[in-house]
Amino acid sequence: MDFALVVALEVLSAVAGLLLISIGLAVIFGMMRVINLAHGEFLMLGGYATITATKAGINIWLSILVVAPLVVGLIGVIIERCVVRFLYGRMVDTMLATWGLSLLLIGLVTTVFGNTTAGISSPLGSMSIGQYKLSLYTLFIVAVAATVALALYLAFKRTRFGLVARGTMQNADMAAALGVSPPRVYAVTFGIGAALAGLAGGVLAPITGVVPTIGVAYVAKAFITVIGGGASVLAGTLSASTLFGTINQLATFLTTPVIGEVALLAAAIVLVRLLPQGITHRFFRGSL
Amino acid sequence: MSFTRRTTLKAIGGGAAIAAASSIAARTAFAQGSGDILVASIHDLSGGLDIYGKSMQDAMILATEEINAAGGLLGRKIKLVTYDPQSNMQLYTQFAQQAAVKDKVAVVHGGITSASREVIRPVLKRFNTLYFYNTQYEGGVCDRNTFSTGQTPAQNMEKIVPYCMKQWGKRVYIVAADYNYGQITSEWVKKYTQENGGQVVATDFFPLDVTQFGPAIQKIQAAKPDYVMSALVGGAHISFYRQWAAAGMKARIPMASTTFSGGNEHIVLTPQEADGIVVSFSYFPTIDTPDNKAFVERWHKRFGPEYPYISELAVGTYQGMHLWALGVKKAGSLDRMKMIQALESGISFDGPSGKVTIDPVTHHCTLDIHIAEVKNRKMNVLAAFKQQKPADTAAVCNLQKNPNENKQYVIKI
Repeated sequence: MDFALVVALEVLSAVAGLLLISIGLAVIFGMMRVINLAHGEFLMLGGYATITATKAGINIWLSILVVAPLVVGLIGVIIERCVVRFLYGRMVDTMLATWGLSLLLIGLVTTVFGNTTAGISSPLGSMSIGQYKLSLYTLFIVAVAATVALALYLAFKRTRFGLVARGTMQNADMAAALGVSPPRVYAVTFGIGAALAGLAGGVLAPITGVVPTIGVAYVAKAFITVIGGGASVLAGTLSASTLFGTINQLATFLTTPVIGEVALLAAAIVLVRLLPQGITHRFFRGSL
Repeated sequence: MSFTRRTTLKAIGGGAAIAAASSIAARTAFAQGSGDILVASIHDLSGGLDIYGKSMQDAMILATEEINAAGGLLGRKIKLVTYDPQSNMQLYTQFAQQAAVKDKVAVVHGGITSASREVIRPVLKRFNTLYFYNTQYEGGVCDRNTFSTGQTPAQNMEKIVPYCMKQWGKRVYIVAADYNYGQITSEWVKKYTQENGGQVVATDFFPLDVTQFGPAIQKIQAAKPDYVMSALVGGAHISFYRQWAAAGMKARIPMASTTFSGGNEHIVLTPQEADGIVVSFSYFPTIDTPDNKAFVERWHKRFGPEYPYISELAVGTYQGMHLWALGVKKAGSLDRMKMIQALESGISFDGPSGKVTIDPVTHHCTLDIHIAEVKNRKMNVLAAFKQQKPADTAAVCNLQKNPNENKQYVIKI
């Protein structure tokens, strides 16, 4: 019974982890149709922002929840202004440009921070469930993921900015005719996507540590989740994270971590074969 | 040197046709001439493996300077030719050819991963250039042109497994990196556990990019082993130790490792996360011998007091260089066969890790093994096992009986 509870918590934390690493990508891809291959590096930058800030004496929670998204969000806006905005509507070109950007960021960070793993200890300590011990930080990740999902929903559904952003994505010319400045909306949306990636990088840094190349480990899973989820940003990412996270963790518990990874990829292949447009093309249609 | 159509074509492809055709006579004449003796160092100084390569290169520099300060070899100075393969296998091939054919070096020291060794070993064999591989590895290389100065699994696993069983109990849970090193290491742990009457309760392998170990940690708790043996490798896997500590497991189940500290894990992690992990290597900077203390002092004098950690790989390289120099002195020549014969005469070097002797039958080394515990970012040496023979490679390889062998055996365990 205790073990079942522990497994359930680990599944929940895997789902939350997947949601966090993919949500920024989903915002940028789902809203703007930009395939951001530098997404993994945004996560990596979030990790470095957190670790650098913590080591500089800033409170760890402030570093994770404020510094990381702020820094990476700003970098995102700068990148949108300098690179991405010239390439809207040219999907292959944006892929090339963001891929180059990803290599550049890895190189820059390696030059500044070196090629060794940096890290900080996980705060919060551990708790016991029966005879099992579990890091309390696991619950924190779940809480952050839930908060992000809820906040994103409210921001896009209930605020004026959300309405304007969704309108601009559907028909930029019409939005412009109604007095909205689409370039500004694009820049802010890209910034939000980047900030979410930074937040995820910050949240994960205390448990995984960071190296300049850590983005590579995340970016594939993030893409699989976003593609699997389909057109709807939030419903898609949520449903795909839940599906893949559950399959991955259960397979890991039942067999080995290698099979767990294989099961995740196999599930993704089957899913894309059955639902080429993603889960939300068939289910939860029209949701955010 | 045999000329088949294939080797000739390859040589032309490498832009080396002329040098290859003019063959050994020309090389020897060139190398025996006046001027410095060239020694090649091929270690990754950039890219993912640079954390290992840089200290190995520093070891090459220190050893070269020491040999030169003592008067050089055969009345000549040694000059280091450094190549940086950038953690890229293609560059290893290219630089090995360049060292052998263009620069005509007397010996090549280099290669870090087993993959890189198996890339350059055949090249150097083909071009008759002596090769030293100074890294701990899975064992089994059988090639008269190659000398391996690092420890192999039979040397350290045979000691650390019974040591841990005596300390903690007979049931072990193995976590290992999912490639040949991790797979082979876990087989050796299993063998020695069973020989000592213990039991491996489970073995988990992790791809090198896995960073989430939550389920693994819960599975270990469910299996209730007496201790955990880790052969995890690389930057991503460091998070295992972090998550292990965060889950409060350190007080419950002790841990040993065959890899921990090889990538400076004990410096990256906090003492709270790393203290108490037991490891076995040939070398630790804290080994309490006059030879080692003097060596550590020389190292810090040359490379600065802030040098993060003198690794086993660095010391292996340093000792490899000195063993080669002793071979040259004994041979009195840079002729490859004469050097090999001299090195096969049972040459020993009293290095920082203790006495290192080349075993003529396997071209591996008999060396000391130490067991240590991590304590406040330092290695607290607990036990020493003198003069361990390379029994694993010896079980499959006999270069005195079969001097023409040229392969890496997969040792059946």
